[in-house]
Amino acid sequence: MNVRCVVRVCVLVAAAIAVLSVPVWAAAPIKIGIIGPMNFVQGKGHWNGAVMAAEEINAKGGVLVGKERRKIELVKSDSNEFLNLTDATNAMERLITSDKVDFIVGGFRTEAVLAMQDIAMDNKKIFMGAGAAHPELCLRVAKDYKRYKYFFRVTPFNSNYLVRTSFAHMGFVGAILKKELNLPQVKVAIVAEKAVWVDPMIEAAKGVIPKMGMEVVGTWRPSAVATDVTAELSAIQQSGANLIFTVFSSSVGIPFARQAGELKVPAVQVGINVEAQKDGFWEATKGMGNYVFTTNTYIRGVEYNNLTKDFVEGYYKRFGETPTYTADTHTAIKEGLAPSIEAVGSLDADKIVAHLENREYLVPSGKVKYEKDAQGRPTHDLTWGPGYLTSLGGQWQDGKFVGVWPNKWVAAPGAPEVTYKGVVPYKIPPWMKK
Amino acid sequence: MNILITGLITGSMLALLAIGFSLIFGVARIVNIAHTAFYMIAAYTIYFLSAKLGVSPFWAMLIAVAVVVALGLLAYRFLIDPIREHEAAVLIATIALAMIMQEAMLLIFTGDYLTVSALIQGFFVVGGVKVFHQQVLTFVVVLIILAALWLLLMKTNLGLAIRSTAEDREVANLMGMNESRLAMITMAISVALAGLTGAVIVPLAVVSPFMWMEPLIIMMAVVVLGGLGSIKGSFVAAYILGFTEALVVFLIPKGAFLKGSVALSIMILVLLLRPEGLFGVSFEEER
Repeated sequence: MNVRCVVRVCVLVAAAIAVLSVPVWAAAPIKIGIIGPMNFVQGKGHWNGAVMAAEEINAKGGVLVGKERRKIELVKSDSNEFLNLTDATNAMERLITSDKVDFIVGGFRTEAVLAMQDIAMDNKKIFMGAGAAHPELCLRVAKDYKRYKYFFRVTPFNSNYLVRTSFAHMGFVGAILKKELNLPQVKVAIVAEKAVWVDPMIEAAKGVIPKMGMEVVGTWRPSAVATDVTAELSAIQQSGANLIFTVFSSSVGIPFARQAGELKVPAVQVGINVEAQKDGFWEATKGMGNYVFTTNTYIRGVEYNNLTKDFVEGYYKRFGETPTYTADTHTAIKEGLAPSIEAVGSLDADKIVAHLENREYLVPSGKVKYEKDAQGRPTHDLTWGPGYLTSLGGQWQDGKFVGVWPNKWVAAPGAPEVTYKGVVPYKIPPWMKK
Repeated sequence: MNILITGLITGSMLALLAIGFSLIFGVARIVNIAHTAFYMIAAYTIYFLSAKLGVSPFWAMLIAVAVVVALGLLAYRFLIDPIREHEAAVLIATIALAMIMQEAMLLIFTGDYLTVSALIQGFFVVGGVKVFHQQVLTFVVVLIILAALWLLLMKTNLGLAIRSTAEDREVANLMGMNESRLAMITMAISVALAGLTGAVIVPLAVVSPFMWMEPLIIMMAVVVLGGLGSIKGSFVAAYILGFTEALVVFLIPKGAFLKGSVALSIMILVLLLRPEGLFGVSFEEER
């Protein structure tokens, strides 16, 4: 055999290998559009969670669709929804018509997600909502299933459940205050930023707090972007409040915590403070946010189940920060979409919807089961409660954000106690004990 | 006491911003909508220098003012000056400039809320009210800046030239004053005031790319209330609205968010009843 012949054989063998390999590596990728406010922490969470999911799936060869393995390809889309709703709808249109994605995950502001939802539904694209909490998004599914069935909520659970969780947190801290400070009755000041989504929460709180054996001493509504809340803090202190029920999703959460801590206002802060959920809160408040309690989805060291630690620590290692709830794009892709695609063996949206809505599966923040309404109609909303999704209560303790709730939580009379692995005792600020 | 302290501090901040805005309008008829965006740039510069590079907050504040003045002069030279004769075009151009600055900060620092350490920590109690040391420091610094500005305007030749140009541009020009050069110097003083406001307020505020919008609206209300182009009017109106805001927050806790709306309502009322503002020149008289 001469040299030329050897070369020919080698070329043929190489070509054969290449051709045989094509079905594995040349299969078209599954394109997933990740949409969110990419210049903000929420959008970063969307993207990072999705990147992590895609890397994990692709490292194992991709998603098995029928007989071929297909890799995940992410398409990043900045919805700019905090500043401009039109940008959000344009971004959604572009993902579908120009980028030709197979699925969409993300969205944050309810107003934007409602508009984006319609575009996705017009195109029969599965849209996994990973940010907006308004119930209407899923009520639409129940009311007009044929049109809206392609929408699923991934995170967070809807705002009605968010309120219930916040009240559970308030009851938990109120009981500790009453016992440890020997208070005859805990006095509650409601402090909520001026925003439409907060209004129903305030009305509900005014009704529920007295039923919990506590007294409402006043309601304060600073601007969502207020930078000085000393006036409110002064009035709260004069009201004799022991507990401040906070409802903040915007920047006001920082000056409120910072100034209350610096002035050593003798009342604990419990409720929702989105800024306090971020790793940067300690620095943002210059350490004055100590003892602030807020609801959160992930806290390092706290485990809902055996998936939590891998996800939270993996995310921390990869991106250098604790995942926010919008990073549940990871869940949407890895635990939601991918197994359903493999189960139905295609990217057919109708088949995937039929499969996904009937599944019950573990995710790093609990267990997902899609709800049905009172009439038995699918809502594609998330089930809340022990055994499913509950979220966590976290407190800043000396520079570290730790999990303090649920700790022996009984959701309803007769229900089992719930305590997640890694929660630690709640701490009362020392200046309140004097 | 709380109302007094909050009113004085808020009023002083507004005075710094509004006087800067009024000054450049009075001298050069430039409606600089980007005025508070320069204040935002100063805040970010201080954050970057002190939090990221470890520069002492004092030096960071001085550098921030210098940066803002340099940016202001560049904006004047290349954006405003070529279209200065068309007031509407200047207004639109400065809106665009503010948006560009906002987007630039958003790209560089993202939308995360940032803070800067207070120069002095802690508080003291007066009449049962807790007052931050930083608030007092801020108030004192604002008073010093206002006093320095007063001296500049009232006791120097430059101040005389600025005031006379503000009063009557054409006559000032005929008297041999270089109106174009004065406009540039006034622009520098104006943005320096915006930068100084950012510098003194930043330890008490939250730094974000949108922090320029809310003060812009209130500042406009101050300027209209005081009389467009009137420095004295801006000074008085700033304290009126500062105290109005404080009263709203303290007397209507559930309606604290209404403070901006109340200020704007006052502005609309003034426009209807006395379009020239408290100390302004009526439109009919203006040349």
